[in-house]
Order: sequence, then structure tokens, then C-alpha cells
Amino acid sequence: MLEIKNLKASINNKTILKGLSLSIKPGELHAIMGPNGSGKSTLANVLSGKDGYNISGELNFKGESLKDVPVEKRAQKGIFLAFQYPLEIPGVNTNNFLKTSLNSLRKSKGEKELDSLAFLKLVKEKSSELGIDEKILSRQLNVGFSGGEKKKNEILQMKILDPNLSILDETDSGLDIDALKIIAKGVNSSRDSKKSFLVITHYQRLLDYIKPDFVHVLSDGKIIKTGCGELAEELEKTGYKKLN
Amino acid sequence: MKQQELEKAKEYKYGFTTDIESIRAPKGLNEDIIKFISEIKKEPKWMLDWRLKAFSRLKNMKEPNWQKPKYPKINYQDLYYYSAPKSSNEKPKSLDDVDPKLIETYKKLGIPLKEQEKLAGVAVDAVFDSVSVATTFKDKLTEKGIIFCPISEAIQKHPELVKKYLGSVIPITDHYFATLNSAVFTDGSFVYIPKNVRCPMELSTYFRINASETGQFERTLIIADEGSYVSYLEGCTAPMRDENQLHAANVELIALDDAEIKYSTVQNWYPGDENGKGGIYNFVTKRGACRGKNSKISWTQVETGSAITWKYPSCILQGDNSVGEFYSIAITNNHQKADTGTKMIHLGKNTKSKIISKGISAGKADNTYRGLVDINKKALNSRNYTQCDSLLMGNKCGAHTIPYIKNKNSSSIVEHEATTSKINEEQLYYCNQRGLNQEEAVGLIVNGFCKEVLQQLPMEFAVEAQKLVGISLEGSVG
Repeated sequence: MLEIKNLKASINNKTILKGLSLSIKPGELHAIMGPNGSGKSTLANVLSGKDGYNISGELNFKGESLKDVPVEKRAQKGIFLAFQYPLEIPGVNTNNFLKTSLNSLRKSKGEKELDSLAFLKLVKEKSSELGIDEKILSRQLNVGFSGGEKKKNEILQMKILDPNLSILDETDSGLDIDALKIIAKGVNSSRDSKKSFLVITHYQRLLDYIKPDFVHVLSDGKIIKTGCGELAEELEKTGYKKLN
Repeated sequence: MKQQELEKAKEYKYGFTTDIESIRAPKGLNEDIIKFISEIKKEPKWMLDWRLKAFSRLKNMKEPNWQKPKYPKINYQDLYYYSAPKSSNEKPKSLDDVDPKLIETYKKLGIPLKEQEKLAGVAVDAVFDSVSVATTFKDKLTEKGIIFCPISEAIQKHPELVKKYLGSVIPITDHYFATLNSAVFTDGSFVYIPKNVRCPMELSTYFRINASETGQFERTLIIADEGSYVSYLEGCTAPMRDENQLHAANVELIALDDAEIKYSTVQNWYPGDENGKGGIYNFVTKRGACRGKNSKISWTQVETGSAITWKYPSCILQGDNSVGEFYSIAITNNHQKADTGTKMIHLGKNTKSKIISKGISAGKADNTYRGLVDINKKALNSRNYTQCDSLLMGNKCGAHTIPYIKNKNSSSIVEHEATTSKINEEQLYYCNQRGLNQEEAVGLIVNGFCKEVLQQLPMEFAVEAQKLVGISLEGSVG
């Protein structure tokens, strides 16, 4: 699904990622942990194609290079990023945003656009599956949403857009236990042999609910250790410092 | 079409010209021309006298120059003041008599008059250069006693109404362009809604400048008698030309006791090319009088076109408890300039006004909101709420807010809020990540910014306006 080889990324002449390699196969869920400033969010941004980075190394998605592929094309190919800080867009109805988004993805795949009725049915189904109050969808996109509502909205978008690779950028930060469970449910219920996940997190807490196939420790722009689920527990006890 | 022309046409899709024979008055502004216009329209003498009176006043007037966007001096003697498609000289009696080429033009503009006649919904009066070519749905409206016709026809058939109200809101001595219009106006729409009648459909006028070196001076007069209601929409386009063309219209609205007029404009005159060459000078005077108690006038404008837009649709709140509203979206891109806003003159007691203005600037454009709220001594317990928001795209454009507030009594309240923001790269990134391309993303964000105004438009036009907002800003980001 995703092949990263010796990825380097810098911004404003500051190198953040310093030769990162990672391979994610279909059906796998990888967790990336690491201290502040290790380059976790940069990795998420670079994978999604955000502007402003100077990049070298290889980045392949479904066997094709992502070099010079703009953000929206990557999204159309099936990469989804759940934002750490979802943006507020005043005046734009959340439902309308989601529908526009879903339909541009469908269009790019040559599928028929969903009409309002079919779309609302899909939204209803997915939000009740996650236990999310669909009222938030008739509000302006993320405007006045609590931190938890914003994150839940990201996961609901993930469920509706149904991507091949979902990247969760610290989606668990600042959430109470109930919201955390909803996020976990969203991920777990989507997992199958074709979909892949890259879950970026600060804490091991989320991994109590989402069981990763692999855990990577990112430090100073490189993956310095890879293991299975137990690695996360170990880190929680010992901290990141010991690894350096 | 040559490649270059093709590309040009893509930028402004209404930029075509229609090859149609036209009758033109010779160039120049003088009494003979005014007599020519009056004669060709078979006007009664009182109308000609009215025009000549305006013209004699004009000779002693100077063009105002306090506005922010400056423009090269206009040579008024070098313009045509009358141009009409030849075939309409013999007035068409029904749509079937209208020159098929004209119908074709309106079809290109997205107003199939023929189909409109069949589809219930919108009655259209279409003005091509200087004359009205077709008015649809006449029969249906006549049943209710509603008059909706070209103003030249109203002058002949309903002189008592025209005499009583024409110039009663915008006096012929008002200011240079209004006076010029009074002298040389050629056509426009006339609407009269009788007492206690709710107009059953949207009334709409479509203005089109086709001929070159021609000014368009249309005149619209809408009268809503006691207890009546009407919603009216105008749309405008013009072909692409390298020269600047002048459009100086006058629009007068009169609402009597308990009447309501909703006036919406979607203005998409040719804005000039990306280097600022050509385009329409849109210098328009629009004013409504809430003459009766509990009357209401609401202006909604979506201004996306023109090289220079200079207009202040205003409300004179004479009747007690009357309400004035102004909702505006002004989009300027490339070298376009806009100096627009409103005037709310509170004269009656308990009068209310609301101003919502959204200015969007991109490219090297300059966008000014200028507004006056004037609450008279006797206008006790009046209220105004003003909100002006500006959105900037890129760093070569400008936005300015110039409010004038005069509150002459202590029982009235005036509120003013203003914000300026830049379109946020992170918001665009967020939309891109959800699969929207740059243009879709900009359209979405800008439409969100304009939402409070867009939702004031009649349903049928809201969708069109939303698309227009997106198109006007194409290529302005990234």
C-alpha cells in the first residue's frame, strides 16, 4: 500500500525527516509514537502532499510514485488524513462539505455522484454506527465544535469517504475516554484486509483500544525502533529517553 | 475562432457579440439627440420636456470625483446614446415576432425566453442595448392587475403613474450621472403592483450591452401600492471590448403603506481583461423610498463584474416602522475596482435598517465599502445594524471600509461591526485533503463567507450566484 524509502523533508531550511523508511501492507495498522518535535506531524503532512516541504527519497502509494502529485489527487487516490487540528470554515454546512468531498472523490473514480437523499442515508447510517449525534452535521464546519466533536467529525468523515489509507494525526490528543472509544470504534470497524492505517500518537492510551500490527518509534526524524504491540506498553513505562 | 479568442471566451463566457443590424443615433450629447430618442420612442411632450429640463441642468453640473477608484475622463460627445436592433423598430407583438438572433443571444446567456413562457416561475423583461425586446408572462400578470412592461411602453400607456413617480425618489437634479440618465435614458422596466396584491412570481429584467461605444442608460421604476409585495431580479452582461463602456442606470423603488419590495441584482458586466483593459464603468443610482407606514425595501446585490463599480443602493425610510435592508457581495479580481455600499436615511419613527456587506478582493483589485447611516432628529427609537466583512486573497489587493454615521437623537441605536481576514492556506489544504481541487475549495470557502447574503437571493438565482462567485475568483489562488 505505502512504501517510504529514505524520506527526507525540510521546511524553511530546517530538516525534519532525516531518512525515514516504512512499509505498510494492505490490511495493516501501524502506530507511530514519538516525543514532541520528532517529526510525526511532518510525516502526516508530507504523506498528504502539503505544500512547502523540500522532499527527497521515495514515496510510493499503491505502486505509484507520489512525487509531484498534489494534495487533492492523493486524496482521490485514497489517502485520508484525520487532522490534529481540524479547520473551521465559517458559513459552510458540514453536511454540504462532506457531500461535496464525497462526490469529488466519486467523480475522480468515474462513479456516479450521490444525490442528497442517498447521501443523507449514508450519513445517518455511519453516524449512528459510531454513536455520533448527527446534529453536528447541520452546523457550520467545525465552527464552535468542542475538541472532541472536531475529532469525532474527522472519524465520521473517514468512515464516509472510505479511504484505502487512513492517517490519524494525534486524533486521540485531548479526548475524554468516551470520545476515545468512538475514535477507536471508527477505526476498528473499518479494518479489513484491504485497508491500511497509520496512527500517529503521543500516548499508548489509544493503543489499548486499537491493536496495531506494528509500533514504530520516531525520534529526530528517523524510525529508531520497530516492534509489535508490546513496544507501546514498554514505552509508556520507560519513556522515550531511554531509547536514544 | 482563433485560439486566443477561444481562451478569452473561456474567461468571460458572456463576452460574445451578436451580429445584428442596429439603428443608432449619431454620436454626441445634445438636444437633438434627446429629441431623437424621445421621438423614436413616440413619447408625449411632457416626457420630452422632462428630459430637456434634466439636460439643461446637466450643462451646469460637474462629474463627482470623491470616489476611490479614479478613471480617465469620459468624452460624453464621443458616445452613442441610442442603439437598437433594427428588427425591433417594428415593435414585436409577441415573442414569435422577436428577431430569432436576439432570442439566440438570450439563450446563450441562459435565459431561454421561449421556454420561460411555458415554465411557470420567472417573468423576464429583456433589454438589449437601448430597447426592451420581450416581456414574458404578460397575460398572467395582467390578470392580477400587475403592470410589468418596458418603461417606454408605460410612458405611453400609464402616464399618470409615470408622471407621479418618475424622479420622485431620484430627482432630476440629483447628481451628474443621475441627471445624465434622466436626459437620455432609453429603456428599462416598469412595475406596478396594485393594492394588496402579492406578485405570484419573480419579476426579472436582463440587461445586455451589445453595440460598441454605446452607453447604456436604463431606467427602472417599481411601485408597490399599499399592502402589496414584489420580488424583482436584474441580471447584466456585456461583450468583451477593449474600450470602456459606460453604464449609468437609475432605479427608483416606491413602497407605500405595508408594502414590500425585494430587489436583487446579479451584476456580471464585462470586467476588463487581466491587465485591466476594457470593461464596463458601472455607475448606477439606485434608491428606494419606504414612503408608507410599515413598508419594507430590501436590496440584495451580487457584484462580480465591471471594471469599476460605483453605486450605493439606498433606502429612505420615511414611513413610521419602515424597514430598509442592504445585503451585498462585491467581488473584485485582477484590476477591478469597486466603491459600493448603501445609504440608510431614517426619517420616520421606529425605523430599522440592516446592512450586511461582504467584500472580496483578489489579484490587484481594490474594494471599498462606503456607507451612510443617517438617523434624523424625529426618527425616534430607530435602529441600525451594520456588518462589513472583507476577505483578501493574495497580498496585492486592497479592502477599505468607510462608514459615515450620523445619529441625531438619543433614543436611536447604531451598531457597526467590521472584520478583515485573509483566505487561509490551512483551510484550503484541509479542503484539498478531502479531494476538492483549488478552485472548488476557494468557491466553497468564499461561498461560506458570503452565505448570509446569498441566502437572501431568490432560490432560482442563489445557485447561479454561487457558481458565479466561484468563477469570478478562478485562478486567483495558488
